[in-house]
Amino acid sequence: MPPVFVYAEVTPEGPRPVALELLTKARSLGDPVAAVALGPGATAAAETLGAYGASTVFANDDPVFSETLGHAAALSLAGLVEEHRPGLVLFSTSHDARDVAGRLQALTGSTLMSNATDLSATDRAQMPIFGGAVTVEVALEGPDPKIVLVRPTSFAAEPSGGTATVEPVPVPQGSPWPRRVERHEEAATGPRLEEARVVVSGGRGLQEASNFALLEELAGLLKGAVGASRAVVDAGWVPYSYQIGQTGRTVKPEVYIAVGISGATQHVVGMKGAKRIVAINKDPDAPIFRLADLGVVGDALTVVPQVIAEIRSRRG
Amino acid sequence: MNVVVLVKYVPDPQGTPELDDAFLVVREGTEGALDPGDEYAVEAGLRLVETHGGEVTLLTMGPETASAALRKGLSMGAHAGVHVVDPALRGSDALATARVLAAAVRRRPFDLVLAGVESTDGSTGTVPMTVAQLLELPSATFARALSVEDGVLRIERPTDLGFDVVEAPLPALATVTGSAPEPRYPTLKGIMQAKQKPVERLALADLGLSAEALAPTQRVVGLTRAQERAAGEVIQAGEDTAKRIVDLLAEAKVL
Repeated sequence: MPPVFVYAEVTPEGPRPVALELLTKARSLGDPVAAVALGPGATAAAETLGAYGASTVFANDDPVFSETLGHAAALSLAGLVEEHRPGLVLFSTSHDARDVAGRLQALTGSTLMSNATDLSATDRAQMPIFGGAVTVEVALEGPDPKIVLVRPTSFAAEPSGGTATVEPVPVPQGSPWPRRVERHEEAATGPRLEEARVVVSGGRGLQEASNFALLEELAGLLKGAVGASRAVVDAGWVPYSYQIGQTGRTVKPEVYIAVGISGATQHVVGMKGAKRIVAINKDPDAPIFRLADLGVVGDALTVVPQVIAEIRSRRG
Repeated sequence: MNVVVLVKYVPDPQGTPELDDAFLVVREGTEGALDPGDEYAVEAGLRLVETHGGEVTLLTMGPETASAALRKGLSMGAHAGVHVVDPALRGSDALATARVLAAAVRRRPFDLVLAGVESTDGSTGTVPMTVAQLLELPSATFARALSVEDGVLRIERPTDLGFDVVEAPLPALATVTGSAPEPRYPTLKGIMQAKQKPVERLALADLGLSAEALAPTQRVVGLTRAQERAAGEVIQAGEDTAKRIVDLLAEAKVL
């Protein structure tokens, strides 16, 4: 089997969960499996990356990798590809990964496939199209390595019990690069969307931004997370980090509660893997009702407070 | 400053696209439009030249019908269009598309290249970065706000917990998200003027590219229709609605 690289996104808090999902899949596609971890937290992440299947972790903690929007990372990765000739490089579909993958493609002249949900070989991948109504199997041709971007939560991460050797990666020379000059962050509250067992998600049907407080309250009661449709993110009601769907996050909770969301294919791609779906919408023809285990035709602003009251009364 | 906006003609975003026998999206003879995501990039370009002077040129690659996308952007206020149209480009993949767009951008001086973050139909979401690397330009991606000062592009880029501010020296490329300012509607005057604006047509030979170098490297070899989720029950909101929902939560053991 050909060697496979996983571009493992890392933070000082550890590797992103999707890095471990990709490593788990990579073990069935190639040998050896190597992770490429660039930026602060890279070296510290090597132990975990090894435990999920990387026999080598190419690592460098230099902040230039996290501050240049994939420019330095793509050049380093291209250098590693040249030297080690993997058949496949796996990425997630995150914004940061897309920056690196797009540039790598220009440097290697390889084929690139995005939004994959599965691979059966280093040159065979599947992707859903038309909002998941159809899945196509795609043969990837042309020079190695094939570049495939996989949607998060496509695979379950399973440890291999392995350990990794850490190999240093030189910082590339190059310019002009973009630079991150400011970082504005708010402390996170509650579980991450991808890890929450319950996701309460809101759309235009909530009528105005302030009504998201209702969803925060319901999600808080259920120890869940709040998500949103693209329409309300674009309208500025909630930050981009809430967005679920094609251009946002993919979630697979035990229960997904869609409140005032019509169910455009763009959104459905990100949530149809939920175990159970509850939809509340005024419009009886909303496409979300075709997916819902329980659909409620009615006003979200009436129904959600009733649900909150019912939960409180059952808990006494 | 001169801004080039990469735009795409996509099948009607509201409709259901069709695939032909070769599993390619049917683009000919279908109602289509300027990709709604690209309208944000056009708007951002127009705002920049309104502040700094200069022109917005739209660049598209696609069949004859793709001129509709150019017309829409021109009627919003863009100054000129470039249409790369060549039968050999049918079925182009991301790399071929990026190579064609990069070659077309290179033909004239520019300060900034703008694009949407991904197309509504293909959703690959990496073509602009590939174009940037081919042109050896810095790219500042996923911008919800853009400004230019003293030859430096400055953007706000949303992140998990907030946003980053990123700067890049011009010439540069940026991609613009749907959180950027809303695209303007074409005025009647704009629509009339669009018909008079110059649109340059280019074939592969004009770009010094050969069809062989752009051969697709991806083939759809199979197709499965997803198993529809079994439709559940739809009820009218009423007295026992909350009870029904909370029963389901209890059953799922998330209460």
